[in-house]
Amino acid sequence: MDVFLQTLVAGVLKGGLYALIGIGMTLIMGVMGIINLAHGQLMMLAMYVTFVLNTMGVDPYFSLFVAMPLLFLLGVGLQKFLLNPLIKADTILPENQVLMTVGIGMALTEIVRFGFTSDYKYITTTYSNETFFLGKISFSMALTIAFGIAIAFTVAMFFFLIKTDLGRSIRATAQDKDAATLMGVNTGRITVITFGLGSALVAAAGCLLAPVYYIFPDLGGPFTAKAFIITILGGLGSTVGAIFGGVTLGLAESMGATYFGMEYEDIIGLTIFVLVLLFLPGGFKRLTKV
Amino acid sequence: MLKVSGIDVFYGDLQVLWDVSFEVRDNEILVLVGANGAGKSTTLKTISGLLKPRKGTIEFGGVRLDELSPDKVIGEGVVHVPEARRLFREMTVEENLIMGSLSPEARKKRAQTMEWVYELFPRMKERRKQAAGTLSGGEQQMAAIGRGLMALPKVLMFDEPSLGLAPILVQDVFEIVKRINKEGVTVLLVEQNVRQTLAMCDRAYVLENGRVVLEGTGKDLMNDAHVKEAYLGI
Ligand SMILES: Nc1ncnc2c1ncn2[C@@H]1O[C@H](COP(=O)(O)OP(=O)(O)OP(=O)(O)O)[C@@H](O)[C@H]1O
Ligand SMILES: [Mg+2]
Repeated sequence: MDVFLQTLVAGVLKGGLYALIGIGMTLIMGVMGIINLAHGQLMMLAMYVTFVLNTMGVDPYFSLFVAMPLLFLLGVGLQKFLLNPLIKADTILPENQVLMTVGIGMALTEIVRFGFTSDYKYITTTYSNETFFLGKISFSMALTIAFGIAIAFTVAMFFFLIKTDLGRSIRATAQDKDAATLMGVNTGRITVITFGLGSALVAAAGCLLAPVYYIFPDLGGPFTAKAFIITILGGLGSTVGAIFGGVTLGLAESMGATYFGMEYEDIIGLTIFVLVLLFLPGGFKRLTKV
Repeated sequence: MLKVSGIDVFYGDLQVLWDVSFEVRDNEILVLVGANGAGKSTTLKTISGLLKPRKGTIEFGGVRLDELSPDKVIGEGVVHVPEARRLFREMTVEENLIMGSLSPEARKKRAQTMEWVYELFPRMKERRKQAAGTLSGGEQQMAAIGRGLMALPKVLMFDEPSLGLAPILVQDVFEIVKRINKEGVTVLLVEQNVRQTLAMCDRAYVLENGRVVLEGTGKDLMNDAHVKEAYLGI
């Protein structure tokens, strides 16, 4: 029973971070109708920003304030100068935008490799390996803080999407782009802001993950895959769904690692992914609204 | 006055409007009738800035609308209630109304205008927390009109508001159009429901294959031999 609870806790904590990764991806998916295959690479970049700042003595959690705006600007630039020009040529299929994101992901990986080599880097903080206990269940300090911050960002994101004109315009653009244009929404600007926000959110996940994870250039790919799985689990384009998707993946990986062995962690995630595609093709979106 | 002068409009290489000219006078109800594919929706989309004319101009109150982006056109008070309503289906009725009032001017008066819309459509007030996609066809039309009104229009353009509604509801929708007009809003109404709209309008134009072929008062056109034969089935 204790083992089960311990696994559950570890899974939920990880799930909070996954939700943050997934929401960024799902926003981009909803508004642009494309899967951002550079998502994990953007997170990797944020982890390196965190790493560099850490060598100068900045705490990973404070580097949020640098990495998020930086990645926001990068996202804005990518959308504006690399992705949006592809929409304008109407002979080009939307698939080509996805291919562009693949290219962006590869470029980011190689640029980072050029600057930092493929060596594993890690950030050690006083709390990196610290744990505390509630009853017999141990909680990783870093993951618990990360979970709290991830929840805070998620709530703030919902508030933004539901309560502000800009947030509503983002949702409206995702639902019906032409109708949004008729309401006076500049949908081109909305795509740019959305890519920026998605990048900033995954940057936050990167900063939060940095103290407890190895940092290397190729970690982007696996995280892009995770983001993709979360987004599909949640029902493409659904933000509430992305949270469910994130927590589900976190739990599944954690259960898999405990009951089947560490090496099964990724296989479990992929299995769930396939099962959802087969039996619940709309993902969790059917259960939600936003 | 909204003045459309000699516009040619294309989708890619395909020309669908040919030298279309007409004017909408202040406070009137102007109707644009025509069969499927005549170019009615295209005309409205061009006025609201979704499409750009390759030739010709669109003027409203001394401003060249054809040079403006859609949000600026709304800012000038020319607002488009699109064909098939195009509500944001997963947003509530209230959120849809809010989306109608993004221009700085409309934003300032949002709460006030919403009260007015709810007064006009008490049904919408009851349903304000409901997702727009779950409304009935008639209710969706009201929500779409309400969303248009939220922009504080000087000219409101309706694209086939009677589409897909039962005859009794069609009557209601036209009553609403007249009522909005009485409140001082100029109306440009696009319809295939020729008999009813000619009876209620001040003036009308007939659009065929992307060209204006006839114009006149509603009464004149109802007695026109071509209109009788082609549109009224007499
Ligand atoms: N996006 C588009 N791309 C290419 N051609 C289009 C497009 N939209 C409309 N058309 C063509 O332009 C012509 C005019 O279309 P439009 O929608 O303006 O007609 P309409 O008068 O509104 O018809 P309806 O009564 O059926 O709504 C039609 O021949 C149509 O096929
Ligand atoms: Mg039409």
